Amino acid sequence: MAAGRSAFVDKVAGWGIYVVGFIPAVSSFWLGATGGLGADPVRAFEQTLGLWALRFLILTLAITPLRQLAGVNLLRFRRALGLLAFWYAAMHFSVYLTLDRGLIWSTIVPDIVRRPFITLGFAALVLLVPLAATSNRLSIRRLGKNWRRLHRLVYVAVSLAAVHYLLATKVLDPTQAVHIGLVILLLGYRLVRMLIPRSERRAV
Amino acid sequence: MPTYRPPAIPSSEITPRSVYLRRREFMGLVAGAGLALGAGGARAEAPATMPLKTVPGPYKVDEPLTPREDVTTYNNFYEFGTDKADPSRRSGDFKPRPWTITVDGLVGKPQTFDVDKLIAELPIEERIYRMRCVEAWSMVIPWNGFPLKALLDKVEPLGSAKFVAFETVVRPEEMPGQSGYFQPMPWPYVEGLRLDEAMHPLAILAVGLYGETLPNQNGAPIRLVVPWKYGFKGIKSIVRISLVEQQPPNSWNSLQASEYGFYANVNPEVDHPRWSQATERRIGQGGFFGSGRRPTLMFNGYADEVASLYAGMDLKANY
Repeated sequence: MAAGRSAFVDKVAGWGIYVVGFIPAVSSFWLGATGGLGADPVRAFEQTLGLWALRFLILTLAITPLRQLAGVNLLRFRRALGLLAFWYAAMHFSVYLTLDRGLIWSTIVPDIVRRPFITLGFAALVLLVPLAATSNRLSIRRLGKNWRRLHRLVYVAVSLAAVHYLLATKVLDPTQAVHIGLVILLLGYRLVRMLIPRSERRAV
Repeated sequence: MPTYRPPAIPSSEITPRSVYLRRREFMGLVAGAGLALGAGGARAEAPATMPLKTVPGPYKVDEPLTPREDVTTYNNFYEFGTDKADPSRRSGDFKPRPWTITVDGLVGKPQTFDVDKLIAELPIEERIYRMRCVEAWSMVIPWNGFPLKALLDKVEPLGSAKFVAFETVVRPEEMPGQSGYFQPMPWPYVEGLRLDEAMHPLAILAVGLYGETLPNQNGAPIRLVVPWKYGFKGIKSIVRISLVEQQPPNSWNSLQASEYGFYANVNPEVDHPRWSQATERRIGQGGFFGSGRRPTLMFNGYADEVASLYAGMDLKANY
């Protein structure tokens, strides 16, 4: 029963991704709550969540190139990675609203509307909502071709998230450079695939 | 030969190391090291600071002090790296003693001063000031230092001097942020004040905090503190002060003029283009769940003392 065992392994691995995926959030929260995140624990926790949201987006985008270039098929994990990105973005935003801004809406709403830095991050999260909501089998079947079209929104979302991250600091730091570089690489890969016709690609 | 001898003070006045070297610090280091990606290895912590003999100063704030541990582990000092934890983790090789500071330009008596001689000679006051960073966080810090005016008076500024220019040391071999691929800005870091701002009694040169000489990460051995301005005006590890006629450049303004001005007065009504300056988070208060967010005060709460310096000036245009 090789097929059965592989299905079982996949199922365990599928759930395992969620368990492992939430470790950064849980450990950072625990450190924050017990005084282990330094002088500004709220900022550290908030930034950890945002950074991991971007990391999971990057991993989601890496699945296709890995398959096409290296022949490694991790497609079965893509939904989990995408959902983790959504949940981290949602937690990042929740911490911004509560621990950081203390639910003072009179200052939060103008910031979201007026400041590109905040607006871009918020827009990225909003774009991830329909993607997360349609990440089930039923939606894939119902939406058909449109499902793929809809899910191309992830390219917009990750671009917005990268610019949001870039605008978060006063100068570019190495961590930012690495992450934003990966986003550019993964989006650039798709652009090149789109521009070069399939026949020419085979010849290369 | 040591140029500085610690004055005799009762041991009861010295904060025990165990009080501030607590578990939190260790945990913070571990977490910081784990989270930092590509920030380089952690180095030995800075050598111990020395106690200072201080007298009470004329200014203090009746707000809880930011714990010393927070003041010395959460720093913007890009010469040691751009992460807030970099200055405390990567400044172990920096040698702040012996140290001289040259004061020249449009002055009658240009001189080079030994910092430890200045400390021995001038009364070192305790000044408890608010510190408001342009990034919208703040602290309350018990600085030890002397009025900048006391030093400027020694060199006798000429009538033609209108501004004061400051310069930080450049030592790539001791300051890891000044070497390597990621150089966030050109060195040396420079800052400037109008002469009347520099002569204001609130403007001090700090040589210590919490009753001890400055830790490397806080700008050892001597730094500027101008509490009504954003923190980046407080240039650290100063080697040169020049009196000049024209407004001197300041590093952040040169880097991004639309976001950082020359004056950089704390002003809740003039926002940074990317974030609001109306509120701030007080470091070390509120903890994780309390959101220590509070309204930012005009001139950081020093309006009574300094507002007259800017009478008739458009503070939106001169941010």
